[in-house]
Amino acid sequence: MTATTHDTHDAHHHGPPPGFFKRWLFTTNHKDLGVLYMLFGLLMFFVGGAMAMVIRAELFQPGLNLVDPHFFNQMTTMHALVMIFGAVMPAFTGLANWLIPVQIGAPDMALPRINNWAFWLLPAGFVLLLATLFLPGGAPAGGWTMYPPLVLQLGDSFPFLIFAVHILGISSIMGSINIVATILNMRAPGMTLMKMPLFVWAWLITAFLIVAVMPVLAGAVTMLLTDQYFGTSFFSAAGGGDPVMFQHIFWFFGHPEVYILILPAFGIVSAIIPTFARKPLFGYSSMVYATASIAFLSFIVWGHHMFTVGMPLAGQLFFMYATMLVAVPTGVKIFNWMATMWQGSMTFETPMLFSIAFVLLFTIGGLSGVMLALAPVDLQYHDTYFVVAHFHYVLVTGAVFSIMAAVYFWLPKWTGNMYDEKLGKWHFWLSTITVNVLFFPQHFLGLAGMPRRIPDYAVQFAEFNMISSIGGFAFGLSQLLFVYIIVKCVRGGEKATSEVWEGARGLEWTLPSPAPYHTFETPPVVK
Amino acid sequence: MNQNKLTRLFVASVAMLVMLFSAGVAAESDWRRPWGVNLPQGVTSLSEVSYSMHMLTFWIVTVIGIVVFAGVFFSVWKFRKSQGAKPATWHHSTAVEIVWTAVPFLILLGIAIPATQAMIKMEDTSGYEMTVKVTGYQWMWEYEYLDEDIQFFSRLDRDSDRARQRNPEIRPRDVEHYLLNVDNPLVVPVNTKIRFLLTANDVIHSWWVPELGWKKDTIPGFINEAWAEIREPGTYRGQCAELCGRDHGFMPIVVVAKTQEDYELWVAEQQEDANGEVAADDEDLSDMGMDELMAIGEGVYGNQCMACHQAGGEGMGDMFPALVGSEKVLGDRDEYKSILIDGVSGTSMQSFANLSNQELAGVLTYVRNAWGNDEDGEVVFQPADVDAAR
Repeated sequence: MTATTHDTHDAHHHGPPPGFFKRWLFTTNHKDLGVLYMLFGLLMFFVGGAMAMVIRAELFQPGLNLVDPHFFNQMTTMHALVMIFGAVMPAFTGLANWLIPVQIGAPDMALPRINNWAFWLLPAGFVLLLATLFLPGGAPAGGWTMYPPLVLQLGDSFPFLIFAVHILGISSIMGSINIVATILNMRAPGMTLMKMPLFVWAWLITAFLIVAVMPVLAGAVTMLLTDQYFGTSFFSAAGGGDPVMFQHIFWFFGHPEVYILILPAFGIVSAIIPTFARKPLFGYSSMVYATASIAFLSFIVWGHHMFTVGMPLAGQLFFMYATMLVAVPTGVKIFNWMATMWQGSMTFETPMLFSIAFVLLFTIGGLSGVMLALAPVDLQYHDTYFVVAHFHYVLVTGAVFSIMAAVYFWLPKWTGNMYDEKLGKWHFWLSTITVNVLFFPQHFLGLAGMPRRIPDYAVQFAEFNMISSIGGFAFGLSQLLFVYIIVKCVRGGEKATSEVWEGARGLEWTLPSPAPYHTFETPPVVK
Repeated sequence: MNQNKLTRLFVASVAMLVMLFSAGVAAESDWRRPWGVNLPQGVTSLSEVSYSMHMLTFWIVTVIGIVVFAGVFFSVWKFRKSQGAKPATWHHSTAVEIVWTAVPFLILLGIAIPATQAMIKMEDTSGYEMTVKVTGYQWMWEYEYLDEDIQFFSRLDRDSDRARQRNPEIRPRDVEHYLLNVDNPLVVPVNTKIRFLLTANDVIHSWWVPELGWKKDTIPGFINEAWAEIREPGTYRGQCAELCGRDHGFMPIVVVAKTQEDYELWVAEQQEDANGEVAADDEDLSDMGMDELMAIGEGVYGNQCMACHQAGGEGMGDMFPALVGSEKVLGDRDEYKSILIDGVSGTSMQSFANLSNQELAGVLTYVRNAWGNDEDGEVVFQPADVDAAR
């Protein structure tokens, strides 16, 4: 492109289009879409959080105190669906949109219009899903796992649930195809695969997982739909089908799904810890291989969700061994982060605090995961609060903490302003302490015999439930501070430099803060 | 707060949590008391196997956890910029990486061996001495003793049921074994290898008594197998562990293990009762008075129907239709009877054929005439009507 033509196009190229709707509804800009995804994730974090508050309020003491058991089941079901598909996945996709092009030196995502569509399907899917709360019979109440035959007892909410899952799945698949296409085709000259930041690697692998398993979920829920309305009997023994087959198909999706929710977190933490330790990441290539190994293993461990359904001995042993193997690459990652900190020169700004808490608390979730992998003991742990504690340590102090770390880390790059460090630390300490008060006692509850998904419990579980609920309310309230800090940072504050952090490495830190609307129109050269 | 204070606070709080858990586990805690933190050792060889596997793994992962926490905290304490730490530049060490790949692998191998042995033992149902068939319903259990011709249903006990209502007459804390008690417990002998055959009638449930050491899903259309050999007489309580609809939290399991002699006495008693019941049923097809039917019906309604259809018959949404002014109740008598006797497939409305003719006649009459459903005059259902419709 010559200098002359470039100048004539200046007006189009260097800022967002005027007008609120034109900018946000029709945008194909990866930064705008990243912001939309993240705001949507934040909104859903509070919607799903409000449902968690209902759950913890009902469980505050024994007896049915606030809501009907049927509504309680709606809350547990919707809380999971909203948090997984509405909060964590969109937040990660938002980060991917904003960061991948600027980390690999690309001007935008490879498929900008698909990017727009993928995002706007999300609100559509969630309107369908959340509207069920107002239907006669209420929202889906059979658990987010949608096991038949129970799920077939849902009233009007059933088809809404199925089509919402379809729409969210299509959105995820389109988003992931876009990410794969961008990473494989649009890297700046010199940015070889093994030079990519780990966040990009983690997302590349995650995107492949999504493309592989979302269609499987779509197939499973479509079979539910035809069982309900078109007389098939895929999952009904009376017609020659098998309800357990649904569980096999669902968890073939479901286990990779939980790694979809954690692999991008590994990428984030691998960016933040070296920055604040002022020392390069330890074992970059082993990090890449570990992530790929975890992704591979995720396809062959689904049976560990089903140790109680009556699989043959050989099947149980296979899934037990495969699941235990996951601990090896995961351990490598933890040790690599520790080694990165070793002999570094650390400072403890909010993103670093969240990342250190991630390493430690994710380790707790990982270690209880090793316990759960053991089939003979899982027959005790399965479907108890021990499992609830395990996956909340992985998903809240894991995935959610990493998202918070990422927001604090890149917020100055997005807004051009530093966030309020003092408030950020307050948010960190409040969150970290309350989240442990919330989830740690749930290990005890589960081991002592409290099943999950119950609205009321025997009185010997009263004490730890009350402690857990108090932690839950405090954790929920602490997140309002997070919103306040973000709003305050967007509106102003100390100006950020382009490097932002002393130890920051990577292409995004070569851009001014805030990053201009279009970046890397001329690709940078990576040496 | 400065960084040092913050770090100390963080160290202290995490250390406290780890200590709390370890202390709780180490102390011989009675797991059915408040503040219980650990699995029960249980009363079967399987529960002991799973307990010892649990403790072994727990201590291994606790040690690993402490190593990770200590490593991170040491770095945080030692390698901080404010203390003048200068960053090193190394970022790779093949030897170290091989070590921390191989060592966890070997530890896992060490755990996998006993876990495999335990699993093989759990799956071995051979040599059983008696068989109990367990069937899950929304929301109760049915037990059938295949060798003894004994069969009964087991539901949440009356006191727990009263205390679990909104604005209850009695508080949960005043009910002994709140939500963990039933009307008819499963009675089994000790020191006998019992084979359980598990299935379900409607949706998937899961039969779990922690002191037996396992849970197993009960799946409609399929039969699962499990076994237990209980060593000590006593009462062991558990719950349904698989989400099965509205009252999933309210279908407890109670197993009473008796000595062989006591068990045989119990079996004899049951068989006598059963014979007596059949005789009584034969005689009681005679017509009853309206008041008597309504009184029986109100009792049955409170036990069986109220949880879903609500105290005033107002129902709840589409899943649990209102009975007040219902076409099904006020319409065709035969269809109305068949709903109770056969259930409605594809819904939560199960068959209540297990109730006696008198009980069914009572509840049919009660629902037909309560809450203003008798605007068109009294309509009575007699035990003989029910018997004819079966």
